[in-house]
Amino acid sequence: MITYRDAVREAIRDALRKDERVFLMGEDVGRYGGCYAVSKGLLEEWGPERIRDTPLSESAFVGAGIGAALGGMRPIVEIMTTNFSLLALDQIVDNAAAYLHMSGGQFNVPLVIRMATGAGRQVAAQHSHSFEGWYAHIPGIKIVAPATLEDARGMLWTALEDPDPVLMFEHAGLYAMEGELAADAGAVDIAKARVRRPGRDVSILTYGASLWKALDAARRLSEEGIEAEVIDLRSLRPLDDESIVGSVTRTHRALVVDEGWRSGGISAEISARITEQAFYDLDAPVARLCSAEVPIPYARQLEEAALPRVESIVAAVRALVPAPHG
Amino acid sequence: MSARGEHGLRLLHQMLLIRRFEEKCAELYSGEKIRGFLHLYIGEEATGVGVVENLAPDDAIVSTYREHGHALARGISPGAIMAELYGKQEGCSRGRGGSMHLFDAATRFYGGNAIVGGGMPIAVGLALADRLRGQKRVTCCFFGDGAVAEGEFHESMNLAALWRLPVLFVCENNLYAMGTRIDFTHALTDLRAKAASYAMPAASVDGMDVEAVEAAAKSAADAVRSGQGPYFLECRTYRFRAHSMYDPELYRSKAEVEEWKRRDPIPMLTARLKERGEADADALANVEREVGGAVDRAVAFAEAGTWEPVEELMRFVYSERSAAP
Repeated sequence: MITYRDAVREAIRDALRKDERVFLMGEDVGRYGGCYAVSKGLLEEWGPERIRDTPLSESAFVGAGIGAALGGMRPIVEIMTTNFSLLALDQIVDNAAAYLHMSGGQFNVPLVIRMATGAGRQVAAQHSHSFEGWYAHIPGIKIVAPATLEDARGMLWTALEDPDPVLMFEHAGLYAMEGELAADAGAVDIAKARVRRPGRDVSILTYGASLWKALDAARRLSEEGIEAEVIDLRSLRPLDDESIVGSVTRTHRALVVDEGWRSGGISAEISARITEQAFYDLDAPVARLCSAEVPIPYARQLEEAALPRVESIVAAVRALVPAPHG
Repeated sequence: MSARGEHGLRLLHQMLLIRRFEEKCAELYSGEKIRGFLHLYIGEEATGVGVVENLAPDDAIVSTYREHGHALARGISPGAIMAELYGKQEGCSRGRGGSMHLFDAATRFYGGNAIVGGGMPIAVGLALADRLRGQKRVTCCFFGDGAVAEGEFHESMNLAALWRLPVLFVCENNLYAMGTRIDFTHALTDLRAKAASYAMPAASVDGMDVEAVEAAAKSAADAVRSGQGPYFLECRTYRFRAHSMYDPELYRSKAEVEEWKRRDPIPMLTARLKERGEADADALANVEREVGGAVDRAVAFAEAGTWEPVEELMRFVYSERSAAP
């Protein structure tokens, strides 16, 4: 059994081994071992040139990652929490995403930025938000969200081989998740959605930690005779329209589950694409289940009430799918 | 002619090229050949020329939105720069960037960054890459006094000093962050002191005197190249023209501008070359002629340039060997 955290660590180790241009930098990635213990032991193994502790200067070390990528390296920059990435927003949006186009194709930025995202740990409003959908608004970057051990292990190498910036959102609630991973697990694609559970009655489209809630919900719904298909989007930019539309065309109903906020969020984008591309296949309006539009609160009951839950997913599907006949 | 005389004429040539090129830009802007924002460097030529003279061909430059002078001094073809200002696809950024975003891979010119301070972390990263790859190159990072108030200045100075990275930080202090004078924006107006507080050598030089800038930048670049870590060089200079073409210059007096124009770096160097017997009237006329010819050729190149077909709009959002969303 290994954890999601171990899988990410093994991916980093593997990348360091395969490509001498790869290095990891971020706050507390070295001596502390990573704030989520992802990089624990890597400093001892690879030394301070390749496992670089940075000052609390998000803009400078993200920008330095861009510069190092332009200078021929393959940096992995870790940002402790998605909320902190806002301190580096200018570097990500105005530089990483824009350099290639703005320079007329001369300067691509082969950079990977990893960050922890999501709520559920009672760490309140400034450590719990899900901005991956927001980043997915930006042309020039790619947005991925590994939900499984296989993806935690496999997405990093593919992202490093990509010539353009890739932002990888690791849900903090998944780091301790345990499971089996094949000994030869390796690189996986970072552009396609996956059917994690086939079903005929409704498509639940989700990503990240919400995938596991959706799968739990699908199991319960199955007991009631509703077979939900669960799609793990994996990539939020590009969105895999083909898989999304393909599933909805089979089930004729769609529920988007997103830990981000509803207004102007990625769920709105997905819903719009379904409407644009599969309107006449729909038997019901596309439904969305998102986080409540509040800064995520500390108190357990309030935080739980703010987030998509297994029960709320089950309820949303029941509202969408007619009761099965005896 | 002596080697020193030749060098003096070269400095003059570089400064005059920038001056005449930009005078032409202002004219072309009025004629609507150049659109958008246009920030002229006129008055500050000595800083860019004096600094860039000390860079090796494989050193890197990260610059600002007032970068025509840096690009010309670096040797990017005036035609490619002018074509960029026209928005033509023969421009050094294919017409995608315009005046504020000149790029050139061949001379390692990394923009043309129009977010004040935004280029500084990139310079730190380029230097980090050189360190990690064992290359003894210098990354020269230009910015203004305005950038010193940005968080990115402080973060970048600290990071470069902490990791002893080969960055030559060149602050072109023209006393105004757009239209607000330095004493209205900085509690401590001695910018050198701020850099020095990050445990790096910091010096100031008269940015109107190209030979002084060149000498100061030589010491700075030598120190950086020798592996001692970053260096901060403040060039005290002045912008003769408006901040951009839209600026009515309500924030400074004509008398102040005239006062600084008396220290114009071009007549200053010209007088010095004459006084030292390093340039006669013929040589000076020759420089003027060469520069005039280069500007004319640049304009002709831009005029003859072509517009990128709109069908190519989506190219280079992502690299062409990867699938675009």
